[in-house]
Amino acid sequence: MTDTEKAQVVLRLDGITKRFGPVTANEDVSFALNRGEVIALLGENGAGKTTLMNILFGQYTADEGSVELFSQPLPAGNPRAALDAGVGMVHQHFTLAGNLTVWENIVLGVDALSAASLRPANAKARIRQLSERFHLKVDPDAKVGRLTVGERQRVEILKALYRNAKILILDEPTAVLTPQEADALFATLREAIASGLSVIFISHKLHEVMAISDRVLVLRHGRLVAERATQDTNGEELAALMVGAEVSAPSIAPASPGAPLLSMRDVTTPGAGSAPGLARVSLDLRAGQITGLAGVSGNGQAALSDLISGLISPSSGTLELHGASPQGWSPRSAIANGVARIPEDRHKTGTIADFDLTENAILETYATRFSKRGWLDWVGARAFAQKLIEGYDIRCPGPDIRIRLLSGGNMQKLILGRVLEGAPDIILANQPVRGLDIGAVNYVHEQLAKARDRGAAVLLISEDLDEIMRLSDVIHVISEGRLSPEFARGTMRPEDLGRWMAGEGFEKGMTDAA
Amino acid sequence: MRLEPIAAPSVGRRVLPPALAIGATFVVAALLAMIAGGNPFAVFGLILKGAFGSKFAILETLNSATPLIFTGLAIAVAFRAKLWNIGAEAQLYAGAVITVVLGTGALSLPAPLMLALCGLAAMLVGALILLGPALLKTRLGVDEVVTTLLLNFIFLLFVSYLLEGPLKDPMGMGWPKSARLIPEARLPRIVEGLRLHWGFALALIAAVAVWVINTRTTLGYEMRAVGQNAEAAAFAGIPVTRVILKTALLSGGLAGLAGFSEVSGLKGSLTLDLSPGFGYTGIVVAMLALLHPLGVVVAALFVAAIFVGADSMSRAAGVPSYLADIMLASALLFMVLAILLTKFRVRRD
Amino acid sequence: MDLIDILLSASFWAAAIRIASPLIFATIGELICERAGVLNLGIEGIMVAGAFAGWIAVWGGLPLWGGVAVALLTGMMLGLVHSVFSVPFGLSQHVVGVGLTLLATSLTFYTYRVVLPEVSSPPKITAFQPYEIPLLSDLPLVGPALFSQTPLTYAAFILAGLTALVLYRTPLGLAVRAAGENPQAVAAQGLSVTAIRMGAVVVGSGFMAIGGAFLTLSAFDSFFFDMVNGRGWICIALVVFGAWKPGKAVLGAILFAAFDALQIRLQQTGIGAVVPYQVFLMMPYILSILALVVMSRRAEIPAALMVPFNKGER
Repeated sequence: MTDTEKAQVVLRLDGITKRFGPVTANEDVSFALNRGEVIALLGENGAGKTTLMNILFGQYTADEGSVELFSQPLPAGNPRAALDAGVGMVHQHFTLAGNLTVWENIVLGVDALSAASLRPANAKARIRQLSERFHLKVDPDAKVGRLTVGERQRVEILKALYRNAKILILDEPTAVLTPQEADALFATLREAIASGLSVIFISHKLHEVMAISDRVLVLRHGRLVAERATQDTNGEELAALMVGAEVSAPSIAPASPGAPLLSMRDVTTPGAGSAPGLARVSLDLRAGQITGLAGVSGNGQAALSDLISGLISPSSGTLELHGASPQGWSPRSAIANGVARIPEDRHKTGTIADFDLTENAILETYATRFSKRGWLDWVGARAFAQKLIEGYDIRCPGPDIRIRLLSGGNMQKLILGRVLEGAPDIILANQPVRGLDIGAVNYVHEQLAKARDRGAAVLLISEDLDEIMRLSDVIHVISEGRLSPEFARGTMRPEDLGRWMAGEGFEKGMTDAA
Repeated sequence: MRLEPIAAPSVGRRVLPPALAIGATFVVAALLAMIAGGNPFAVFGLILKGAFGSKFAILETLNSATPLIFTGLAIAVAFRAKLWNIGAEAQLYAGAVITVVLGTGALSLPAPLMLALCGLAAMLVGALILLGPALLKTRLGVDEVVTTLLLNFIFLLFVSYLLEGPLKDPMGMGWPKSARLIPEARLPRIVEGLRLHWGFALALIAAVAVWVINTRTTLGYEMRAVGQNAEAAAFAGIPVTRVILKTALLSGGLAGLAGFSEVSGLKGSLTLDLSPGFGYTGIVVAMLALLHPLGVVVAALFVAAIFVGADSMSRAAGVPSYLADIMLASALLFMVLAILLTKFRVRRD
Repeated sequence: MDLIDILLSASFWAAAIRIASPLIFATIGELICERAGVLNLGIEGIMVAGAFAGWIAVWGGLPLWGGVAVALLTGMMLGLVHSVFSVPFGLSQHVVGVGLTLLATSLTFYTYRVVLPEVSSPPKITAFQPYEIPLLSDLPLVGPALFSQTPLTYAAFILAGLTALVLYRTPLGLAVRAAGENPQAVAAQGLSVTAIRMGAVVVGSGFMAIGGAFLTLSAFDSFFFDMVNGRGWICIALVVFGAWKPGKAVLGAILFAAFDALQIRLQQTGIGAVVPYQVFLMMPYILSILALVVMSRRAEIPAALMVPFNKGER
């Protein structure tokens, strides 16, 4: 490849501005992508990365600015235009239909809807050929619903390659992968790049950005604030650019653990859909200790969380709280036993969007604290909501505001207040900071550390290894429903945990424990 | 196009779309009336006169609104918890049947006791009729819309069997009709000499009661929580299945009361045409009321007025009285759209 | 006549196929809607409107196939109303469907009264006559049962086959199925979920209306108010029973129709003298509920059925 070819611009964004009412999602964003180049688009949640890609894909129309693909202007607001010009995108949330087969998912939308036949034989042959060339092993006739998360991502990439994509956009592609799977993905990408593909890699994981990209663009509050050649920068600088200030995470003092408050012995639970249940899991959550649970999403975290939340019961094995087996395990008995539960999805399970703040504040305690013979005590409930607003710094006009109108951070503060108000001694925090801005992240982490310091046992479930390693006193790894041995703070490197996340040490680990 | 939630809807935002929905309904009706050769203004005038033009007309409208308040409440209660009860028709007839079973001489009790017994029994059987589909929904995930709809057909055939068999009036000259209720089982008139019975007062009381349940009790809170977001409710520890079943009992009971009130207050006996679709019209009433129990009273009066008015209009102007049904169905569709537009903005993009 | 005799008679099976025909049209129509992700509870009203529209068109002088076309167009127009409310606006498919049934039914009755204000009994038309397919109709048992039906019955089966072909073998069908499974997947390919779903509802509603027209143009020769009598709701159950697959849905419709034909015949036997006729009339509805209960655990329900799609939302 000669230098002139290498410098060939395949995509150019010029002065893109997009406003949603008073909010400016993108402001005057301009950059160019060269042939065979990997650009990393770095930014926090809400920095405007997704909006920018949605403009490129015609889902939104930019208020100002223009897009040029292969030196041709891209018509605005037409989702087909970018695809037809050779841009493929792997979304963070896969856009696959589970009940259809791999090949059906891949050919969806390739031929005109007026075409007479799908020609399955041709399609499958081509898919096999591509999957061999790029080491993306997957069975074209398998139902997508039965595939693992890693395999589904391969289908998404094949979908783009099948369409002869010349530019590939990957939105947080490693969020669902083990470090080892991520390495395999990078290997595939390098091969594709060598054959002339250009890549935009959206991420907030600094080490990946450093590993794969040629150039880094940093987005903050919708503006392009910095551009660096990857070789001229480092993780610290990028982190600072991303948040706009030196990162000041709360410092976590060492813990002084006490007796186990929640113990599981050989607990097995049924799986849910494609996600596995727990397989003979034994776990102790000790007073005054944060236990971190690392793992790739969909490996049994949901089952463990549902179990501790009271939504499901063990199908075998024992669950003990404060040294006794609870009677009739349910969300209510979990709450009654002093379990505070911060659910993974605050919109779907944590709150009721069209209820006001007061109604949401009493969701778990209305029957025990705010009810007299079936009548609700609204005066008491409102006072309680007011107390949470003040005690947990919830920024809102008042207790009558519909929860839908709060920001993610304030919503999470309400949930924190609701579950922590009764000083519970067991805390389940499932992805407690996902999608929050850095201020809210620090607030949540401080609250968890404070609860630990007053003697609560905390289980922190997260897919973000950095978060786990920073906060946890001890770490377990979960893989396919199995739990690793306990690792003390500082004894494991990310790569070591990564091998466990990929399911490697388990057989050995099991025998060691036995 | 895209729908964008509006953070704090202005007063205009909340009032204008429903007003336009009502307006659009009248435009549709006017066009149809013209097609049938009627002058729309004359037609609406006749409807208004037929519904409110005389003391008799007003009382007729109030009487017609009575069963609609009950079925409207039944549906409002159920829909708020996202229990899609389309079977109020069957529940109404169940209440009517039990009233006839108890009130035609099988029991001899003083009037207050007799009425209380019939009313409670009507609520109970109405509730039981809806309990089946509710259990199928909660246990097996069977869509209750279809089961409650199908039950309407089944139960009507059952009533037809009863009226030709066990409940047939021996003095009925062969008509499929039950015996008349004994006087103790008849709801008296509110004012002697005026054709308005205590069922109407009972309906008003029921509306207030449902309103109090919704806003002041834990059950009301639970029903709303389950309807808004069952997953979050379950996570918080609200017993979702039990709440759905309680909702079904309340909803079915209210529809059962409609049957009791019609037989005991108005007709005095049971025939197969006791309800010209009150169970289905209750859906329109509930939706027009935005599922608010006190709104149900207003909506039921509006709907009853259109029905009563259209009947007399039809005789005078020659425009078919089905115009009333069309108006209500279009009002329902326009209103659900209008409610959406009070909360969301339509954006091109 | 006992049960065996009934089950072995050609006239019984001929009746079953005849009874199944309108159900096949409407079930296939509903299936198309649901495969795209839209539950169409307007089906009952659309069938009523289709029955009337086809019949009144023929009464007004159109040929029979012209009547079928008028019914199709009527259904498509009502489907358009449903889809505008249920797809781009994403309104509750339960409420919109019930509302549309009320609207279509009352519009039909209103039009009937406007067009025929004075008649006490509705006029008759000359309906489709049985067409004996050469050779095939001479086969024993099968011939008179399957191949001596009216052209509209043959059309029902052809339509079901074509629907299966389009759904499973063409890019369009794939897009329809994907829209009912995961609309995001469709949108990500630059296809319009809104257009696909609206199209499916419009076409499906057209087929439902032909199902209604079968009653007035082939099964009978006139229009009565309570003619459809819950057949639409039964078809909703048949779609579930057929696990959203055209072939199984057709089999379900035939099975169901066979039970219906059987109960009509049983009414005339000794059993009919003992059991009240209402019990026989209840059977279709009871069977439908049973079908729903039996299939509730197994059915492969389209994942995005009744889930509105709002662009840019996750």
